[in-house]
Amino acid sequence: MPQYPNRQFLDFELPIKELYEQIEANKKLAEKNPKVDYQTVIQQLEQTIVEKRQEITAELTPWQRVKLSRHPDRPYTLKYIDKMTTDFLELHGDRNVKDDKAMVGGFANFDGETVMFIGQQKGINTKTRQLRNFGMANPEGYRKALRLMKLAEKFNKPVVTLIDTPGAFPGLEAEERGQGEAIARNIFEMIRLKVPVICVIIGEGASGGALGIGVGDKVLMMENTWYTVISPESCSSILWRTWDKKEVAAEQLRLTSMDMKGFGLVDEIVPEPLGGAHWDYDAAAQILKSHIKQALQELKHIPPQTRVEQRIAKYEKMGHWDVLPTE
Amino acid sequence: MRKEEDIEINLTGEEAVAVSADDREPKERKWFKRLRKGITTSTADKKETPEGLWNKCPQCNYICITSELEENFYVCPKCNYHHRISSVDYFDMIFDEQQYEILFDNIVSKDFLGFTDLKPYGKRLEEIHAKTDLKDSMRVGFGTLNGAKLVVACMDFEFIGGSLGSVMGEKFSKAVDVALQHQCPYLVISKSGGARMMESAFSLMQLAKTSGKLSMLADAKLPYISLLTDPTFGGISASFGMLGDLNIAEPGALIGFAGPRVIKETIKKDLPEGFQRSEFLLEHGFLDFIIDRKTIREKLDQLFALLRG
Ligand SMILES: [Zn+2]
Repeated sequence: MPQYPNRQFLDFELPIKELYEQIEANKKLAEKNPKVDYQTVIQQLEQTIVEKRQEITAELTPWQRVKLSRHPDRPYTLKYIDKMTTDFLELHGDRNVKDDKAMVGGFANFDGETVMFIGQQKGINTKTRQLRNFGMANPEGYRKALRLMKLAEKFNKPVVTLIDTPGAFPGLEAEERGQGEAIARNIFEMIRLKVPVICVIIGEGASGGALGIGVGDKVLMMENTWYTVISPESCSSILWRTWDKKEVAAEQLRLTSMDMKGFGLVDEIVPEPLGGAHWDYDAAAQILKSHIKQALQELKHIPPQTRVEQRIAKYEKMGHWDVLPTE
Repeated sequence: MRKEEDIEINLTGEEAVAVSADDREPKERKWFKRLRKGITTSTADKKETPEGLWNKCPQCNYICITSELEENFYVCPKCNYHHRISSVDYFDMIFDEQQYEILFDNIVSKDFLGFTDLKPYGKRLEEIHAKTDLKDSMRVGFGTLNGAKLVVACMDFEFIGGSLGSVMGEKFSKAVDVALQHQCPYLVISKSGGARMMESAFSLMQLAKTSGKLSMLADAKLPYISLLTDPTFGGISASFGMLGDLNIAEPGALIGFAGPRVIKETIKKDLPEGFQRSEFLLEHGFLDFIIDRKTIREKLDQLFALLRG
């Protein structure tokens, strides 16, 4: 995780920033007055930070979870791959148009087993954010993802996707090259992929852009992420006809990991370190790794055809409707 | 050229007329719909004559008698503008002797989430049910085309912008089961602004649900034809809309993933003429052909005969 003072704070994290500032002040005083004991105060402050992290996590609103999922210090796909695997070999290109930097993927050694990792990638500064197009893939990104999935299928390796996108890119060229078709094709092919597929929402799970790499045997959601059909902002602008109702929209959409698990639309919640994954990259990655390992173990022994049938059956059950008595 | 339409507004479930910047076009369309239902109203555009009611084309302003338009499959005799029509209009056009069975019409939406925007979703559904005879945004028809069995699922734009929710997903799935049972082709006619936001993630998951069913249809080697009409956006084009063994479209239909407004705001430029129209999609390789509504029966028959032969 980034160390203070480079660490960035969300509005509801500001009390923690103040505590850090107090620690810094005490450290400076300690330098000036080596005979006075500041250590006790500093330790107390550090303990208060832990408590504050706990407090904040306990009372998060849906909108605050959305903000946490977009935390500028949050770990992204390549960070998780780096921390969970060895020998990651990144593969590029869709063999048709170009290499979409918003979508990354490749084989890696996952505790002795070769796994295909695929995910959207966001940037960490102004330059890389642009390079990664803020995690918004173009059709070639989805087609690259599909190519890698097919490659994994050919060599009988499981697929793990890490989802973190504010949406598929809504651009002119994206339309020309068939953004809809690219996502549709991925959904269709993923549901019939013969190898185990595990999908994890690690940040933002926005609509078709997320589902385009999000159909699997097991779908996991990290604690402080969101996943639904539209971003709260866009939902607000369309249904409330104002951009100001994003908090209400976030509540109404029931987009948190707890909601989604409750609805049976995702299989598991992956806990995050106290206060969010950005507090401890190593711990976040280790928790995620253990969940993926567990899921892989469960899926491995199911025959491929059964796995596909179960996958189709799982999605077929999703939805709620009434059946009127026939006249 | 036609005026730009705010597709998104239809997804709110409100009448488009209430918020349109230029209310002339929606009023005409509303008037047109009323005509179809046989309700007479007096508006400035309407003229009562011994021959019947008149209709003005929103694209070329050509005025013709409604019955003439009806005989012409609701296609403007002058400029070929394809009026937006209902599911039963398509069923009447496609099935032999206008004979078909409507299936699964007792499956209706429910407000599972208790979703409230400017109005509770449940209330919205009640109001639409009271206003129209539509149960939801998709109807499934089963009948024959030139003697061969066919399942057709068709959207109704009038019902919350033809939005995709749990009911459409379920009807779509059950329609696939009928095609599998009768070993016949499946035709889906799309006309939708996208996913139904009031059903949140449940509506998103319909993309996967319907794709799973299409996978079963593909394994059974049964033809799946996707006919895209004006407009087809979002979740539909990002799932079964673009997954046809053949993707076909009516002329001039607006089809895309992201809506024109969102794209314009993203790229901060005006969109080129004809962008996201059927002809544009054909040119970029995403359609097999464009089908004139008047030839729909004959083209489909030709296609199915070739696949059988
Ligand atoms: Zn005309």
